[in-house]
Amino acid sequence: MATTEQPARHVGARVPRKEDPAMVTGQARYTDDLTVPGMLWVAFVRSPFAHATIKGIDTSAAKAADGVVDVFTGADLADDFAAPIVCAWPIVDDIKIPEHWPLTKDKARYAGDKVAMVVADTRAGAKDAAELVEVDYDPLPAVTDIELALADGAPILHDDLGTNLSMTWRHSEHSPVPARGKPEDVFPAADVVIKEKYRIQRAVPNAIEPRSIIVEPSPAQGEFTMWSATQIPHIVRTVLTLMTGVPEAKLRVIAPAVGGGFGSKLQVYGEEALLLVGSRKLGRALKWTEERQEAFVATTHGRDVVQEVELAADRDGTLRGVKVRIVCSMGAYMQLLTPGIPLLGAWLYGGAYESDAYDLEINGVFTNTTPTDAYRGAGRPEATYCIERAMDALARELDMDPAELRRKNFVPADAFPNHTIVSGLIVDSGDYHASLDRLLEALDYEGLRAEQKARRERGDNRLLGIGLSTYLEMCGLAPSRVAGAIKLVCGLWEAAQVRVMPTGTVQVMVGVTATGQGHATTFSQLVADQLGVEIDDVEIIAGDTKQMALGMDTYGSRSLAVGGIALHLAGEKVVAKARAIAANALECAEDDLEYDTGTFTVKGTDKTMHVKEAAFAAWTAHALPDGMEPGLEATHVYDPPNFSWPAGAHGCVVSVDTETGEVDIERYVAVDDCGVVVNPAVVEGQVQGGVAQGIAEALYEEAVYDEEGNLSNGSMTSYLVPTAAEIPPIETHHTVTPSPTNPLGVKGIGEAGTIASPPAVINAVIDALSGLGVTDVQRPATPQNVWRAIEEARQ
Amino acid sequence: MRRTTLTVNGVRHELDVEPRELLVLALRDHLGLTGTNIGCDTSSCGACTIHMDGQSVKSCTVLAVQADGAEITTIEGLASNGEMHPMQSAFNEHHALQCGYCTPGMIMAAVGLLQENPNPTENEIRSDLEGNLCRCTGYHNIVKAVRAVAAG
Amino acid sequence: MIPAPFEYEVAESVDHAVELLTTREDAKLLAGGHSLIPLLKVRLARPGTLVDIGRVSGMVGVLDAGEHLVVGAMTTLSDLVADASVSVGCPLLATTAAQVGDPQVRHRGTIGGSLAHGDPASDLPTTLLALDAELVVRGSGGERTIAAADFFVGFFETALGPDEILTEIRVPKTGAAGTAYLKFHHRAIDWATVGVAVVVESQNGSISSARVALTNMGPAPVRASAVEAALAGADRGAVARAAEAADRGTDPPSDLQAGADYRRHIAKVLTRRALTQALS
Repeated sequence: MATTEQPARHVGARVPRKEDPAMVTGQARYTDDLTVPGMLWVAFVRSPFAHATIKGIDTSAAKAADGVVDVFTGADLADDFAAPIVCAWPIVDDIKIPEHWPLTKDKARYAGDKVAMVVADTRAGAKDAAELVEVDYDPLPAVTDIELALADGAPILHDDLGTNLSMTWRHSEHSPVPARGKPEDVFPAADVVIKEKYRIQRAVPNAIEPRSIIVEPSPAQGEFTMWSATQIPHIVRTVLTLMTGVPEAKLRVIAPAVGGGFGSKLQVYGEEALLLVGSRKLGRALKWTEERQEAFVATTHGRDVVQEVELAADRDGTLRGVKVRIVCSMGAYMQLLTPGIPLLGAWLYGGAYESDAYDLEINGVFTNTTPTDAYRGAGRPEATYCIERAMDALARELDMDPAELRRKNFVPADAFPNHTIVSGLIVDSGDYHASLDRLLEALDYEGLRAEQKARRERGDNRLLGIGLSTYLEMCGLAPSRVAGAIKLVCGLWEAAQVRVMPTGTVQVMVGVTATGQGHATTFSQLVADQLGVEIDDVEIIAGDTKQMALGMDTYGSRSLAVGGIALHLAGEKVVAKARAIAANALECAEDDLEYDTGTFTVKGTDKTMHVKEAAFAAWTAHALPDGMEPGLEATHVYDPPNFSWPAGAHGCVVSVDTETGEVDIERYVAVDDCGVVVNPAVVEGQVQGGVAQGIAEALYEEAVYDEEGNLSNGSMTSYLVPTAAEIPPIETHHTVTPSPTNPLGVKGIGEAGTIASPPAVINAVIDALSGLGVTDVQRPATPQNVWRAIEEARQ
Repeated sequence: MRRTTLTVNGVRHELDVEPRELLVLALRDHLGLTGTNIGCDTSSCGACTIHMDGQSVKSCTVLAVQADGAEITTIEGLASNGEMHPMQSAFNEHHALQCGYCTPGMIMAAVGLLQENPNPTENEIRSDLEGNLCRCTGYHNIVKAVRAVAAG
Repeated sequence: MIPAPFEYEVAESVDHAVELLTTREDAKLLAGGHSLIPLLKVRLARPGTLVDIGRVSGMVGVLDAGEHLVVGAMTTLSDLVADASVSVGCPLLATTAAQVGDPQVRHRGTIGGSLAHGDPASDLPTTLLALDAELVVRGSGGERTIAAADFFVGFFETALGPDEILTEIRVPKTGAAGTAYLKFHHRAIDWATVGVAVVVESQNGSISSARVALTNMGPAPVRASAVEAALAGADRGAVARAAEAADRGTDPPSDLQAGADYRRHIAKVLTRRALTQALS
């Protein structure tokens, strides 16, 4: 296993974030904080019907209103687009991808589908005028439920496709790597087969900053600057070029401070394309800021999956096979990555366990709902939920302790490095037993089981439950070749540029954009140690395609594991050049130089040169080695050889009020192995926030549609994002198995909490109630849903 | 339009606003004080929390005209003489923010909380912050920061 | 996020407010605004004129009038929670107000606004019903006093006439009676799925009278008369059994928060727990 030397000063330290002073004083600038001279405001007219034919649109009253500059319908803009909204992940050859225009022309296919765009001179004026656009709708029956959408006679969303089934992907047929074995060879002879069905409810990401976009044209130059609350300025630039024909070199996309994304801003939205096209048409700067209730229908949703899973095992608990069929709602259209989201979990339904056989089938269906796409974890929370729930079900079936069953089946630590798991992918490193042991010790697992027994025996109406989730995830997305093999139409490399200024400060340009992850601090820690400068001497520049043209942006816990490695390797190039300069200046061979945190020393002497001095020498260029370019800077574009594979063990302790169904989380303990930790405070923060989002999914949040297809709880009063009063303190622990894949040994931590926590919570609820015969509870496990599970078990 | 006088962070402003103008938009659009953010339209998220006549309020749920004559403190006015307020420093020190969007409102709510209850328990902090949503931190470090300020 | 346009008038007195309500088309009162402004922002309310009574003097504060407290309708919920005469004379009012909304909402939201809104999921109406409070209103026809039992008429509907203003609330002191308001909700900031307010007078373990009112078990707050009847003259041991009748005569809604059957079940559990707490 690779070992990574930990430089002494900053990497591994709990460095307070550089980003914070601007944010805690209100000086950070988010998109809606910005104003451009002469800017006009945009409001959108959205369908109130989930499914309706559009028979006509009358914009005359809106156009006549005070302060209105123009109103556009889909037909008005037909010639302004070179292509519809892009889906970049057609996961199978015969996938059905419907045309998806920024303004729909023929039919509205979800409540919130955009029908017209109003441009006015004020925010209020645009909103007032949007109410004056008269749309003649002919409502059609709608279908929002995944399984009903596939039933005979279901309303068909896209008439030209003739079906709501977009695609079917089978591991056995489509995976570029084969599974270890086939289920049909294992299941018939198995001692035990369990079969479970789970429903993962639809979730609304709800970054606290709603989306906002400004486009400022420079008509004389044919140039456009876009500010957008996005995770992916580089991808937005490229895709908008494809959609609108604006040359890529003339389109600058800036992501200023962005108030959270969680996947919902990993998107190229119709609104972005419409503001670009509108500003080109009018020659004026345009701004749009989403309102929260608009965001509930207009910004992508996550999850919404039905899973059927079968596990085969020996009587002694040895896992033999995993077979899964899932059906996922795509929503009404494909967005950027919609069909590929379940694929991100497609090799993970076997969990951190060994077995002999594996297969998975993914079906994607259209429903009259907001399109789904990435939501924190994207595909991996779903896979983890499935296998971790199923492992508990198997433990119940076998009357085994769930911790023992897991321990029995973990991939052993000595199988690493680079072990091929049952689904066929190669996992870099891990020690799953160590994480679980650490968790059980932190929980006092034996003590909790004794307490659980005592409460049951004395007939306590507050029953104790302990839920485990021992997850394995793949992140650090990802090798470009793999992306190609699974039909993602882009590479997944990452880029960084390091420039040591003449006076010794360092400019760092990175292709990954932060939405709260603390890149500026973490990356500064890396550079400060590598080049021997202070953290404050390092300036991280990101989120602006003009300042850093290269980048594949932020998602899939890749910022450190891919972007950070690009940065490290660019820094290595800078050190190598500085070494040549130092050797020249100090009149020795490069091999005679020792390097430590910025300082070159001629071995056995006190002759030294610092990187900062080399930078000055490179700037004056008075005495550089023959043929060397002036300046001390380097760029590196890094394409990782593998995913990185964080893993861990989470434990949740609940007490359940058997009278009311209320679930109280008494403790939540997370043990995560994300490889080498650069900033423990940042890592813990990612875990705590991720766990809170997972708890929210397990206990509170669900997007509910009514029979007409309207989102019934599309506001923050009715869609229950938990507050500080609901989320418990979250205890964090770490084990470290460095990744052998990259020189820093890092893996990624952005999504682990959300991936691990929902099954830990739900397993705990079921564990509490198992004595009453409860084996399932509907997510979210609201008091009412828990009470119903108890009532059903009693009958 | 209605003439409205607001004293914001110690500076008196006279504005002409439509009666329907929300205080938060008056602060942001008229006075350029964009530190106060908007996260929802249902008075749920608390991103727009400011102090009005010494109490924390949601500035999205006050009309600017209702605030005529009021003394208002926004996140921009919390630091004094270039020194951050202890709550601002504590949020930095305890990593109580990630994307930073809820942070101004959260800090204003937290400062208000300690004004009314200088020695809160952890549970009191949690329940008194129920009007402010954060999607990044899981609240763990926010509670820690508030406790640290309360402990002095 | 942006209300539809409206006219705005600042009332200088109650009489001035009544006059504005009478003379302006589609006029609506603005108190603290924490029920109304959220509706304006999503344009579910589109009044012609807002009559702001936030600057009318004499409508704020609590007066100890001996047998009862007189609470000005414009008293904020946070002032109610902090008021010494309330915590001594009628602690139930304070503990209920403390469970409404969040701190910022309580700083602006007023008791009068909360009551006049007539929201069936609102907490204070239930408590006032259990307390047998009286509401004083003034309109073009003069002043009248309405018992809480007659004030909350239906779903977002009160006995207030279109030109009437709720000016004060007279709340009987609870003396030695045990009281409790329990609110069942999923998130701390949510409205009540079900709530129960109890006022129990007892001596030496024997209950002389019990008043029990329920939140969100119908279009308006409702007294759990069957529970009250079962408890009158009973001893503490009767609580569990009496509470089983909590849903009798109620008409709970089925909505996103909960089904009617679950609400009925919770009403029973909550009533038992509230009575037990009030008696302890």
